[in-house]
Amino acid sequence: MDSLEQIKARIESAVSGARVDIIPNESPSAQRTLLLDHAHAVAVATFLRDDPQIRLDYCSNVTGVDWLDLAYKEKVKIKKLVDGVEKEVDEQVEKNRPGYLEAVYHLYSMALKHGPVIIRLRTENRSDKNHLPSLTPVWRGGEFQEREIFDLYGIVFDGHPDLRRILMWDGFTDHPMRKDYIEPDDYEYEPTPHDEVLEKAKQNYQPEAKL
Amino acid sequence: MNEGLRSELSKQGIFTTTLGDLYNWGRKNSVWPLQFGLACCAIEMIATTMARYDLARFGAEVFRPSPRQADLMIVAGTVTKKMAPQVVRLYNQMPEPKYVIAMGACAISGGPFKQGYNVLKGIDRFIPVDVHIPGCPPRPEALIHAFMTLQKKIDEQKLTGRDRPRHLDPDAPSEFPVPKFGEHDLIPSNNPAVWHAPKLVREG
Repeated sequence: MDSLEQIKARIESAVSGARVDIIPNESPSAQRTLLLDHAHAVAVATFLRDDPQIRLDYCSNVTGVDWLDLAYKEKVKIKKLVDGVEKEVDEQVEKNRPGYLEAVYHLYSMALKHGPVIIRLRTENRSDKNHLPSLTPVWRGGEFQEREIFDLYGIVFDGHPDLRRILMWDGFTDHPMRKDYIEPDDYEYEPTPHDEVLEKAKQNYQPEAKL
Repeated sequence: MNEGLRSELSKQGIFTTTLGDLYNWGRKNSVWPLQFGLACCAIEMIATTMARYDLARFGAEVFRPSPRQADLMIVAGTVTKKMAPQVVRLYNQMPEPKYVIAMGACAISGGPFKQGYNVLKGIDRFIPVDVHIPGCPPRPEALIHAFMTLQKKIDEQKLTGRDRPRHLDPDAPSEFPVPKFGEHDLIPSNNPAVWHAPKLVREG
């Protein structure tokens, strides 16, 4: 299989205007991913499926990820006045990376027997701009999986043939896999709680139940 | 009836019984379960009905597909909150006398998936359960033991008086309210007439 850089070059030459970034991965698996932009995602996906040398015709898994706002510190060189002399000083600056939701597609090739190639689509933010183009018209197997992401994360897939909740009931309003999901309190009976469950169970303790 | 007199008479070929014993004997030896497997415990339930651990020899001759023809509901598997109203509806459709066996940890209390967002923490929050079988999954022998426990329980039911079973008591409820889907959880999240959290006495 071609390396990710070769695939990226081929995508950019075939689909004009497509913006593809390679996301690095410092973990031991070193599995790097391609980040696509919204406008050309369906065209890039169609190219990946149909190009005779890549032929990624099997979408094995579509999953969602919830990234919260991340505050991090960065060392920046700032010109500062130190003892009357202007010098460049290293300083820690607080930066904020706003949160977003993400859909990750794992693609394999049944025809050429290679893979995986992993592509990501990111929403703009976690609250109102949570639309992504649906890749179900390209890979049929994504139909139920994108419904699951819609149910559990709240990403709305434009172009999906039948977007509705698949695991929770239709009147449910939360998105359970988000990091800020608060579950309902039915921890009345917990014989052996510990850690987080202990905190939740403590709220249901009756005062006379303690020796 | 004196047991000694009864055995003496039966040696002479005279068989004595009471109406209650006969009634309960007929009921306990022909308990027909409802086909109700939800998750992995269903596989163990199916194994119990197959050749090695035959459940049919205890009277569970055939698993009925329709609740109207069944006496026993073996809730085998995790009850999700989405499925819970349907479980209660099926229970309501069973005619009296009806019994429930909660098979496996998930049906008793939510099991290993207890903190899941869609897991109901035990079917006994909404319907009365007669026998609980611990296990994940319980072995077929455990299901057979639960079945025999249920048979023993049916055998000990007195037909008149204060402790008579639900189907002979016109004041006891036989249908239970079906929970509705709310925005964050089932409404109500449990049925206080059927279930109350057992009081745990903790030290310190």
